[in-house]
Amino acid sequence: MESLTNRRKLIESKPLNFLERAYLPAILSGLRITGKHFFRKDVTIRYPEQKREFSENFRGQHSLKRDEEGRERCTACGLCALSCPAEAITMIAAERQKGEENLYREEKYAAVYEINMLRCIFCGLCEEACPKEAIYLDGDIVPSNFLRKDFIYGKDKLVEAPLNQ
Amino acid sequence: MELAFVGQKFILVGIIFLISLVVAMYSTYAERKVAAFFQDRVGPNRAGPFGILQPLADGAKMFMKEEIIPTRANPFLFIVGPSLAILTACIGTAVIPWGQKMTIGSTVVDLQVTDINVGVLYLFGVVSLGVYGVMIGGWASNNKYSLLGAIRAASQNISYEVAMGLSIIALLMITGTLSLREITEQQHGFWKDGYFSWNFFKQPLGFLLFIVCAFAETNRTPFDLPECETELVGGYHTEYSSMKLGFYLFAEYINMFVSSAVMSTLYFGGYNYPGMDYVNEQLGNTWGPLVGVAVLFGKIIFFIFFFMWVRWTIPRFRYDQLMDLGWKILIPLAIANIVLTGLVSTFLR
Repeated sequence: MESLTNRRKLIESKPLNFLERAYLPAILSGLRITGKHFFRKDVTIRYPEQKREFSENFRGQHSLKRDEEGRERCTACGLCALSCPAEAITMIAAERQKGEENLYREEKYAAVYEINMLRCIFCGLCEEACPKEAIYLDGDIVPSNFLRKDFIYGKDKLVEAPLNQ
Repeated sequence: MELAFVGQKFILVGIIFLISLVVAMYSTYAERKVAAFFQDRVGPNRAGPFGILQPLADGAKMFMKEEIIPTRANPFLFIVGPSLAILTACIGTAVIPWGQKMTIGSTVVDLQVTDINVGVLYLFGVVSLGVYGVMIGGWASNNKYSLLGAIRAASQNISYEVAMGLSIIALLMITGTLSLREITEQQHGFWKDGYFSWNFFKQPLGFLLFIVCAFAETNRTPFDLPECETELVGGYHTEYSSMKLGFYLFAEYINMFVSSAVMSTLYFGGYNYPGMDYVNEQLGNTWGPLVGVAVLFGKIIFFIFFFMWVRWTIPRFRYDQLMDLGWKILIPLAIANIVLTGLVSTFLR
Protein backbone atom coordinates (compact mmCIF):
# COMPACT_ATOMS: atom_id res chain seq x y z
CA MET A 1 0.00 0.00 0.00
CA GLU A 2 1.22 3.51 -0.77
CA SER A 3 2.22 5.30 2.39
CA LEU A 4 0.40 8.54 3.06
CA THR A 5 3.30 10.41 4.55
CA ASN A 6 5.66 9.60 1.69
CA ARG A 7 8.41 9.09 4.20
CA ARG A 8 8.55 5.32 4.06
CA LYS A 9 11.94 3.90 3.24
CA LEU A 10 12.58 0.44 1.99
CA ILE A 11 15.46 -1.17 3.79
CA GLU A 12 17.26 -3.91 1.97
CA SER A 13 18.89 -6.60 4.02
CA LYS A 14 21.68 -7.91 1.90
CA PRO A 15 23.58 -11.01 2.97
CA LEU A 16 27.04 -10.15 4.28
CA ASN A 17 29.89 -10.60 1.85
CA PHE A 18 33.02 -12.49 2.77
CA LEU A 19 34.99 -9.55 4.16
CA GLU A 20 32.06 -8.51 6.33
CA ARG A 21 31.65 -12.04 7.61
CA ALA A 22 35.35 -12.31 8.36
CA TYR A 23 34.76 -9.64 11.03
CA LEU A 24 38.40 -8.57 11.05
CA PRO A 25 38.06 -5.51 8.77
CA ALA A 26 35.19 -4.35 10.96
CA ILE A 27 37.36 -4.74 14.04
CA LEU A 28 40.16 -2.79 12.40
CA SER A 29 37.87 0.09 11.47
CA GLY A 30 36.51 0.03 15.01
CA LEU A 31 40.04 0.19 16.37
CA ARG A 32 40.71 3.15 14.08
CA ILE A 33 37.72 5.01 15.46
CA THR A 34 38.63 4.42 19.08
CA GLY A 35 42.24 5.20 18.22
CA LYS A 36 41.16 8.59 16.97
CA HIS A 37 39.34 9.23 20.22
CA PHE A 38 42.47 8.33 22.16
CA PHE A 39 44.19 11.46 20.93
CA ARG A 40 41.18 13.75 21.10
CA LYS A 41 41.16 16.47 23.73
CA ASP A 42 39.05 15.44 26.69
CA VAL A 43 35.88 17.36 27.38
CA THR A 44 36.04 17.15 31.15
CA ILE A 45 35.97 20.32 33.23
CA ARG A 46 37.98 19.45 36.35
CA TYR A 47 35.39 20.95 38.65
CA PRO A 48 36.87 22.14 41.92
CA GLU A 49 39.89 23.62 40.16
CA GLN A 50 38.17 24.71 36.96
CA LYS A 51 34.73 26.20 36.78
CA ARG A 52 32.39 26.43 33.87
CA GLU A 53 31.38 30.01 33.11
CA PHE A 54 27.77 30.76 33.93
CA SER A 55 25.47 32.49 31.49
CA GLU A 56 24.46 36.04 32.33
CA ASN A 57 21.00 35.13 33.53
CA PHE A 58 22.14 32.17 35.60
CA ARG A 59 20.16 31.90 38.83
CA GLY A 60 22.30 30.81 41.77
CA GLN A 61 22.32 31.54 45.47
CA HIS A 62 20.20 34.48 46.62
CA SER A 63 21.65 37.64 48.01
CA LEU A 64 19.82 40.38 49.91
CA LYS A 65 20.97 43.70 48.50
CA ARG A 66 21.95 46.97 50.11
CA ASP A 67 21.32 50.43 48.67
CA GLU A 68 23.95 53.08 47.74
CA GLU A 69 24.42 54.04 51.40
CA GLY A 70 24.87 50.48 52.55
CA ARG A 71 21.40 50.08 54.07
CA GLU A 72 19.42 46.87 53.70
CA ARG A 73 16.74 47.34 51.06
CA CYS A 74 14.39 44.64 52.30
CA THR A 75 11.27 45.93 53.98
CA ALA A 76 9.85 42.54 54.95
CA CYS A 77 6.70 42.94 52.90
CA GLY A 78 6.54 39.17 52.37
CA LEU A 79 5.82 39.33 48.63
CA CYS A 80 8.76 37.05 47.90
CA ALA A 81 7.49 34.47 50.37
CA LEU A 82 4.03 34.78 48.86
CA SER A 83 5.27 34.38 45.31
CA CYS A 84 7.52 31.45 46.13
CA PRO A 85 6.02 28.30 44.57
CA ALA A 86 8.20 26.06 46.72
CA GLU A 87 7.41 27.78 50.03
CA ALA A 88 11.09 28.15 50.69
CA ILE A 89 11.12 31.70 52.10
CA THR A 90 10.07 32.78 55.56
CA MET A 91 10.73 35.93 57.55
CA ILE A 92 9.91 37.84 60.74
CA ALA A 93 9.40 41.59 60.38
CA ALA A 94 10.48 44.21 62.91
CA GLU A 95 10.10 48.00 63.23
CA ARG A 96 13.08 50.21 62.73
CA GLN A 97 14.14 51.94 65.96
CA LYS A 98 15.56 55.44 66.29
CA GLY A 99 19.25 55.53 65.39
CA GLU A 100 19.00 52.55 63.03
CA GLU A 101 18.38 54.68 59.93
CA ASN A 102 21.85 53.89 58.65
CA LEU A 103 21.11 50.14 58.80
CA TYR A 104 17.67 49.81 57.21
CA ARG A 105 16.26 51.86 54.40
CA GLU A 106 12.55 51.44 55.19
CA GLU A 107 10.70 51.80 58.47
CA LYS A 108 10.10 48.09 58.58
CA TYR A 109 12.78 45.49 58.07
CA ALA A 110 13.30 41.71 58.24
CA ALA A 111 14.71 40.71 61.60
CA VAL A 112 14.89 37.10 60.49
CA TYR A 113 15.00 36.08 56.84
CA GLU A 114 15.42 32.42 55.98
CA ILE A 115 15.54 30.53 52.71
CA ASN A 116 15.49 26.77 52.71
CA MET A 117 17.88 25.88 49.91
CA LEU A 118 16.57 22.32 49.76
CA ARG A 119 13.09 23.62 48.92
CA CYS A 120 14.17 26.40 46.60
CA ILE A 121 13.80 25.60 42.92
CA PHE A 122 15.71 28.69 41.76
CA CYS A 123 12.81 29.89 39.61
CA GLY A 124 13.51 33.57 40.28
CA LEU A 125 9.91 34.53 41.11
CA CYS A 126 11.02 36.15 44.40
CA GLU A 127 13.34 38.35 42.40
CA GLU A 128 10.44 39.39 40.13
CA ALA A 129 8.02 39.92 43.01
CA CYS A 130 10.28 42.16 45.06
CA PRO A 131 9.15 45.81 44.88
CA LYS A 132 12.34 47.08 46.54
CA GLU A 133 14.89 45.31 44.33
CA ALA A 134 16.19 43.69 47.46
CA ILE A 135 16.67 40.07 46.42
CA TYR A 136 18.61 38.72 43.46
CA LEU A 137 19.66 35.20 42.57
CA ASP A 138 23.08 36.32 41.38
CA GLY A 139 25.29 34.04 43.48
CA ASP A 140 27.22 30.87 42.85
CA ILE A 141 25.95 27.29 43.06
CA VAL A 142 24.68 26.51 46.55
CA PRO A 143 27.31 24.23 48.09
CA SER A 144 26.54 20.79 49.40
CA ASN A 145 26.30 20.03 53.08
CA PHE A 146 25.98 17.13 55.49
CA LEU A 147 22.92 18.19 57.52
CA ARG A 148 19.49 19.32 56.39
CA LYS A 149 19.42 22.10 58.95
CA ASP A 150 22.53 23.63 57.43
CA PHE A 151 20.66 24.23 54.22
CA ILE A 152 18.42 26.81 55.85
CA TYR A 153 20.27 30.01 55.07
CA GLY A 154 19.73 32.98 57.39
CA LYS A 155 20.62 36.63 57.00
CA ASP A 156 24.24 35.90 57.91
CA LYS A 157 24.67 34.08 54.62
CA LEU A 158 22.22 35.99 52.46
CA VAL A 159 22.84 39.68 53.10
CA GLU A 160 25.42 41.36 50.91
CA ALA A 161 28.66 42.48 52.52
CA PRO A 162 28.58 46.12 53.73
CA LEU A 163 29.87 48.70 51.30
CA ASN A 164 32.89 50.14 53.07
CA GLN A 165 34.47 46.87 54.08
CA MET B 1 80.27 -21.20 42.90
CA GLU B 2 77.08 -23.20 43.21
CA LEU B 3 75.87 -20.97 46.02
CA ALA B 4 76.58 -17.88 43.96
CA PHE B 5 74.58 -19.37 41.11
CA VAL B 6 71.60 -20.11 43.37
CA GLY B 7 71.80 -16.63 44.87
CA GLN B 8 71.90 -15.09 41.42
CA LYS B 9 68.79 -17.04 40.38
CA PHE B 10 67.01 -16.04 43.59
CA ILE B 11 67.70 -12.39 42.92
CA LEU B 12 66.49 -12.79 39.34
CA VAL B 13 63.31 -14.54 40.47
CA GLY B 14 62.71 -11.82 43.05
CA ILE B 15 63.16 -9.07 40.47
CA ILE B 16 60.88 -10.75 37.92
CA PHE B 17 58.24 -11.42 40.57
CA LEU B 18 58.40 -7.79 41.69
CA ILE B 19 58.25 -6.50 38.13
CA SER B 20 55.26 -8.63 37.22
CA LEU B 21 53.43 -7.45 40.33
CA VAL B 22 54.24 -3.82 39.61
CA VAL B 23 53.22 -4.22 35.98
CA ALA B 24 49.95 -5.85 37.06
CA MET B 25 49.35 -3.04 39.58
CA TYR B 26 49.92 -0.36 37.03
CA SER B 27 47.90 -2.27 34.44
CA THR B 28 44.84 -1.63 36.60
CA TYR B 29 45.69 2.04 36.59
CA ALA B 30 46.49 1.99 32.88
CA GLU B 31 43.24 0.20 32.15
CA ARG B 32 41.22 2.98 33.74
CA LYS B 33 43.34 5.71 32.24
CA VAL B 34 43.27 4.17 28.76
CA ALA B 35 39.53 3.60 28.99
CA ALA B 36 39.15 7.24 29.94
CA PHE B 37 41.23 8.44 26.99
CA PHE B 38 39.26 6.28 24.57
CA GLN B 39 36.07 7.82 25.89
CA ASP B 40 37.36 11.44 25.89
CA ARG B 41 37.55 11.51 29.67
CA VAL B 42 40.35 12.19 32.15
CA GLY B 43 40.44 9.05 34.29
CA PRO B 44 41.71 8.78 37.86
CA ASN B 45 43.60 11.97 38.70
CA ARG B 46 43.11 12.54 42.42
CA ALA B 47 45.67 10.25 44.11
CA GLY B 48 49.03 11.84 43.46
CA PRO B 49 50.03 13.64 40.25
CA PHE B 50 47.94 12.26 37.35
CA GLY B 51 46.51 9.71 39.80
CA ILE B 52 49.79 7.81 39.80
CA LEU B 53 49.18 6.53 43.34
CA GLN B 54 45.74 5.16 42.47
CA PRO B 55 46.88 1.48 42.46
CA LEU B 56 48.25 1.88 45.99
CA ALA B 57 44.96 3.36 47.14
CA ASP B 58 43.07 0.52 45.45
CA GLY B 59 45.35 -2.05 47.07
CA ALA B 60 44.92 -0.47 50.50
CA LYS B 61 41.16 -0.52 49.96
CA MET B 62 41.25 -4.20 49.00
CA PHE B 63 43.13 -5.07 52.20
CA MET B 64 40.79 -3.01 54.39
CA LYS B 65 37.58 -4.57 53.07
CA GLU B 66 35.70 -7.12 55.12
CA GLU B 67 36.56 -10.66 54.21
CA ILE B 68 33.42 -12.70 53.63
CA ILE B 69 33.28 -16.47 53.29
CA PRO B 70 29.67 -17.48 52.58
CA THR B 71 28.23 -20.01 55.04
CA ARG B 72 27.26 -22.50 52.39
CA ALA B 73 30.58 -22.25 50.60
CA ASN B 74 33.37 -24.77 50.89
CA PRO B 75 35.83 -22.71 52.96
CA PHE B 76 38.96 -24.62 52.00
CA LEU B 77 38.40 -24.55 48.25
CA PHE B 78 37.06 -21.00 48.53
CA ILE B 79 40.54 -19.92 49.65
CA VAL B 80 42.41 -22.29 47.34
CA GLY B 81 40.72 -20.79 44.24
CA PRO B 82 42.28 -17.31 44.23
CA SER B 83 45.60 -18.62 45.57
CA LEU B 84 45.84 -21.02 42.68
CA ALA B 85 44.85 -18.33 40.21
CA ILE B 86 47.61 -15.97 41.30
CA LEU B 87 50.18 -18.76 41.70
CA THR B 88 49.75 -20.10 38.18
CA ALA B 89 49.73 -16.58 36.82
CA CYS B 90 53.08 -15.82 38.48
CA ILE B 91 55.06 -18.93 37.54
CA GLY B 92 54.58 -18.44 33.80
CA THR B 93 57.31 -15.79 33.73
CA ALA B 94 60.01 -18.32 34.65
CA VAL B 95 60.84 -19.48 31.13
CA ILE B 96 60.67 -16.16 29.32
CA PRO B 97 64.09 -14.89 28.20
CA TRP B 98 64.17 -11.25 29.25
CA GLY B 99 67.44 -10.39 27.59
CA GLN B 100 70.74 -11.57 26.19
CA LYS B 101 73.40 -12.91 28.51
CA MET B 102 74.77 -10.02 30.52
CA THR B 103 78.29 -9.63 31.84
CA ILE B 104 78.68 -7.97 35.22
CA GLY B 105 82.35 -7.84 36.18
CA SER B 106 83.56 -11.36 35.43
CA THR B 107 80.29 -13.23 35.92
CA VAL B 108 77.88 -13.92 33.09
CA VAL B 109 74.29 -13.40 34.15
CA ASP B 110 71.56 -15.21 32.25
CA LEU B 111 68.49 -12.98 32.11
CA GLN B 112 66.16 -15.95 32.15
CA VAL B 113 65.23 -17.92 35.23
CA THR B 114 65.50 -21.27 33.51
CA ASP B 115 66.05 -22.27 29.91
CA ILE B 116 64.24 -25.60 29.85
CA ASN B 117 64.14 -27.29 26.47
CA VAL B 118 60.35 -27.65 26.60
CA GLY B 119 59.71 -24.00 27.46
CA VAL B 120 56.69 -23.64 25.21
CA LEU B 121 55.11 -26.79 26.63
CA TYR B 122 55.76 -25.55 30.16
CA LEU B 123 54.00 -22.29 29.36
CA PHE B 124 51.02 -24.16 27.97
CA GLY B 125 50.87 -26.34 31.04
CA VAL B 126 50.92 -23.34 33.34
CA VAL B 127 48.34 -21.45 31.32
CA SER B 128 45.95 -24.40 31.32
CA LEU B 129 46.42 -24.78 35.07
CA GLY B 130 45.21 -21.19 35.43
CA VAL B 131 41.65 -22.22 34.71
CA TYR B 132 41.59 -24.40 37.84
CA GLY B 133 41.76 -21.31 40.04
CA VAL B 134 38.68 -19.93 38.35
CA MET B 135 36.88 -23.28 38.31
CA ILE B 136 37.56 -24.16 41.94
CA GLY B 137 36.68 -20.66 43.14
CA GLY B 138 33.47 -20.59 41.15
CA TRP B 139 32.43 -24.03 42.32
CA ALA B 140 33.34 -23.45 45.97
CA SER B 141 31.24 -20.28 46.16
CA ASN B 142 28.06 -22.37 46.03
CA ASN B 143 26.36 -19.76 43.90
CA LYS B 144 24.64 -20.27 40.56
CA TYR B 145 26.22 -17.25 38.94
CA SER B 146 29.69 -18.22 40.12
CA LEU B 147 29.20 -21.76 38.90
CA LEU B 148 27.98 -20.60 35.50
CA GLY B 149 30.97 -18.29 35.22
CA ALA B 150 33.32 -21.09 36.19
CA ILE B 151 31.79 -23.48 33.67
CA ARG B 152 32.06 -20.89 30.97
CA ALA B 153 35.68 -20.22 31.86
CA ALA B 154 36.54 -23.90 31.80
CA SER B 155 34.87 -24.74 28.50
CA GLN B 156 36.15 -21.56 26.87
CA ASN B 157 39.74 -22.18 27.92
CA ILE B 158 39.66 -25.79 26.81
CA SER B 159 38.21 -24.90 23.40
CA TYR B 160 40.69 -22.15 22.74
CA GLU B 161 43.67 -24.09 24.00
CA VAL B 162 43.22 -26.50 21.10
CA ALA B 163 43.38 -23.73 18.51
CA MET B 164 46.25 -22.06 20.37
CA GLY B 165 48.24 -25.28 20.46
CA LEU B 166 47.66 -25.87 16.76
CA SER B 167 48.74 -22.33 15.89
CA ILE B 168 51.92 -22.88 17.89
CA ILE B 169 52.65 -26.16 16.10
CA ALA B 170 53.00 -24.30 12.82
CA LEU B 171 55.50 -21.99 14.52
CA LEU B 172 57.44 -24.90 15.96
CA MET B 173 57.70 -26.45 12.49
CA ILE B 174 59.72 -23.40 11.50
CA THR B 175 61.81 -23.02 14.63
CA GLY B 176 62.44 -26.71 15.27
CA THR B 177 62.83 -26.14 18.99
CA LEU B 178 60.65 -25.68 22.08
CA SER B 179 63.21 -23.68 24.01
CA LEU B 180 62.17 -20.04 24.23
CA ARG B 181 65.78 -18.90 24.38
CA GLU B 182 66.58 -20.61 21.09
CA ILE B 183 63.39 -19.36 19.46
CA THR B 184 64.37 -15.83 20.44
CA GLU B 185 67.96 -16.24 19.24
CA GLN B 186 66.68 -17.42 15.85
CA GLN B 187 64.93 -14.06 15.50
CA HIS B 188 68.19 -12.17 16.08
CA GLY B 189 68.23 -8.65 14.72
CA PHE B 190 65.49 -7.86 12.27
CA TRP B 191 66.70 -8.96 8.83
CA LYS B 192 68.47 -12.21 8.03
CA ASP B 193 69.09 -14.15 4.79
CA GLY B 194 66.98 -11.83 2.66
CA TYR B 195 63.89 -11.94 4.83
CA PHE B 196 62.60 -10.60 8.13
CA SER B 197 63.87 -12.71 10.98
CA TRP B 198 60.91 -12.15 13.29
CA ASN B 199 58.46 -15.03 13.32
CA PHE B 200 55.51 -12.71 12.79
CA PHE B 201 56.56 -12.27 9.16
CA LYS B 202 56.86 -16.01 8.68
CA GLN B 203 53.63 -16.86 10.49
CA PRO B 204 51.18 -13.95 10.13
CA LEU B 205 48.11 -16.22 10.21
CA GLY B 206 49.55 -18.15 13.11
CA PHE B 207 50.04 -14.94 15.04
CA LEU B 208 46.48 -13.84 14.32
CA LEU B 209 45.15 -17.14 15.63
CA PHE B 210 47.46 -16.95 18.62
CA ILE B 211 46.41 -13.45 19.62
CA VAL B 212 42.70 -14.28 19.32
CA CYS B 213 43.26 -17.34 21.50
CA ALA B 214 45.32 -15.26 23.93
CA PHE B 215 42.36 -12.93 24.38
CA ALA B 216 40.17 -15.93 25.13
CA GLU B 217 42.71 -17.51 27.49
CA THR B 218 43.11 -14.35 29.55
CA ASN B 219 39.33 -13.87 29.66
CA ARG B 220 39.56 -10.43 28.14
CA THR B 221 36.89 -8.67 26.09
CA PRO B 222 35.48 -9.74 23.59
CA PHE B 223 35.75 -13.14 25.30
CA ASP B 224 35.17 -12.10 28.92
CA LEU B 225 32.11 -14.29 29.33
CA PRO B 226 33.26 -15.87 32.62
CA GLU B 227 32.85 -12.53 34.37
CA CYS B 228 30.16 -11.21 32.11
CA GLU B 229 28.61 -8.67 34.46
CA THR B 230 25.48 -8.08 32.42
CA GLU B 231 24.41 -11.70 32.75
CA LEU B 232 26.26 -13.24 35.67
CA VAL B 233 26.56 -10.43 38.27
CA GLY B 234 30.33 -10.84 38.76
CA GLY B 235 30.83 -14.24 37.16
CA TYR B 236 33.09 -16.63 39.04
CA HIS B 237 34.11 -14.00 41.60
CA THR B 238 30.57 -12.92 42.55
CA GLU B 239 30.97 -14.14 46.14
CA TYR B 240 34.50 -12.91 46.63
CA SER B 241 35.48 -9.85 48.60
CA SER B 242 38.56 -8.18 50.00
CA MET B 243 42.00 -9.33 48.85
CA LYS B 244 40.72 -12.68 47.54
CA LEU B 245 38.83 -10.72 44.91
CA GLY B 246 41.97 -8.65 44.51
CA PHE B 247 43.95 -11.80 43.75
CA TYR B 248 41.54 -12.79 41.00
CA LEU B 249 41.70 -9.37 39.40
CA PHE B 250 45.45 -9.30 39.85
CA ALA B 251 45.84 -12.74 38.29
CA GLU B 252 43.98 -11.50 35.23
CA TYR B 253 46.44 -8.66 34.77
CA ILE B 254 49.48 -10.85 35.41
CA ASN B 255 48.11 -13.29 32.83
CA MET B 256 47.82 -10.40 30.43
CA PHE B 257 51.44 -9.46 31.14
CA VAL B 258 52.64 -13.03 30.63
CA SER B 259 50.72 -13.56 27.42
CA SER B 260 52.00 -10.22 26.09
CA ALA B 261 55.52 -11.37 26.92
CA VAL B 262 54.93 -14.70 25.21
CA MET B 263 53.52 -13.03 22.11
CA SER B 264 56.48 -10.68 21.84
CA THR B 265 58.92 -13.54 22.44
CA LEU B 266 57.40 -16.04 20.04
CA TYR B 267 56.39 -13.74 17.20
CA PHE B 268 58.00 -10.32 17.62
CA GLY B 269 61.58 -11.24 18.35
CA GLY B 270 61.56 -10.85 22.12
CA TYR B 271 64.49 -8.63 23.09
CA ASN B 272 65.72 -8.37 19.47
CA TYR B 273 65.50 -5.13 17.59
CA PRO B 274 66.94 -3.75 14.34
CA GLY B 275 70.56 -2.71 14.69
CA MET B 276 71.09 -4.47 18.00
CA ASP B 277 74.58 -5.72 17.15
CA TYR B 278 75.78 -2.16 16.61
CA VAL B 279 74.22 -0.99 19.87
CA ASN B 280 75.76 -3.92 21.77
CA GLU B 281 79.20 -3.08 20.38
CA GLN B 282 78.86 0.52 21.44
CA LEU B 283 77.51 -0.10 24.92
CA GLY B 284 79.38 -3.26 25.86
CA ASN B 285 78.05 -6.45 27.35
CA THR B 286 76.57 -4.92 30.48
CA TRP B 287 74.40 -2.14 29.13
CA GLY B 288 73.74 -3.56 25.67
CA PRO B 289 71.52 -6.42 26.90
CA LEU B 290 69.65 -3.98 29.14
CA VAL B 291 68.61 -2.03 26.05
CA GLY B 292 67.26 -5.34 24.76
CA VAL B 293 65.30 -5.78 28.00
CA ALA B 294 63.86 -2.29 27.58
CA VAL B 295 62.86 -3.13 24.00
CA LEU B 296 61.13 -6.30 25.17
CA PHE B 297 59.24 -4.32 27.78
CA GLY B 298 58.28 -1.80 25.14
CA LYS B 299 56.76 -4.60 23.09
CA ILE B 300 55.01 -6.04 26.14
CA ILE B 301 53.56 -2.67 27.04
CA PHE B 302 52.34 -2.24 23.49
CA PHE B 303 50.55 -5.59 23.64
CA ILE B 304 49.01 -4.77 27.02
CA PHE B 305 47.83 -1.50 25.51
CA PHE B 306 46.43 -3.45 22.57
CA PHE B 307 44.50 -5.70 24.97
CA MET B 308 42.94 -2.59 26.47
CA TRP B 309 42.38 -0.95 23.11
CA VAL B 310 40.39 -3.97 21.95
CA ARG B 311 38.49 -4.07 25.22
CA TRP B 312 37.14 -0.57 24.74
CA THR B 313 36.33 -1.15 21.07
CA ILE B 314 34.59 -4.49 20.63
CA PRO B 315 31.44 -5.68 22.36
CA ARG B 316 31.29 -9.11 24.00
CA PHE B 317 30.59 -12.24 21.98
CA ARG B 318 27.51 -14.33 22.65
CA TYR B 319 28.37 -17.70 24.08
CA ASP B 320 27.40 -19.75 21.03
CA GLN B 321 29.26 -17.33 18.80
CA LEU B 322 32.32 -17.83 20.99
CA MET B 323 32.14 -21.58 20.61
CA ASP B 324 31.44 -21.29 16.87
CA LEU B 325 34.50 -19.11 16.44
CA GLY B 326 36.68 -21.46 18.42
CA TRP B 327 35.67 -24.78 16.92
CA LYS B 328 34.41 -23.97 13.45
CA ILE B 329 36.78 -21.20 12.39
CA LEU B 330 39.96 -21.05 14.45
CA ILE B 331 40.72 -24.77 14.57
CA PRO B 332 40.23 -25.40 10.80
CA LEU B 333 42.27 -22.27 10.10
CA ALA B 334 45.03 -23.46 12.40
CA ILE B 335 45.12 -26.85 10.70
CA ALA B 336 45.19 -25.16 7.29
CA ASN B 337 48.06 -23.04 8.58
CA ILE B 338 49.99 -26.13 9.58
CA VAL B 339 49.48 -27.70 6.14
CA LEU B 340 50.46 -24.45 4.44
CA THR B 341 53.58 -24.10 6.57
CA GLY B 342 54.53 -27.68 5.80
CA LEU B 343 54.08 -27.17 2.06
CA VAL B 344 55.98 -23.90 1.98
CA SER B 345 58.88 -25.13 4.07
CA THR B 346 59.13 -28.31 2.00
CA PHE B 347 59.04 -26.77 -1.45
CA LEU B 348 60.88 -23.51 -0.81
CA ARG B 349 63.87 -25.22 0.73
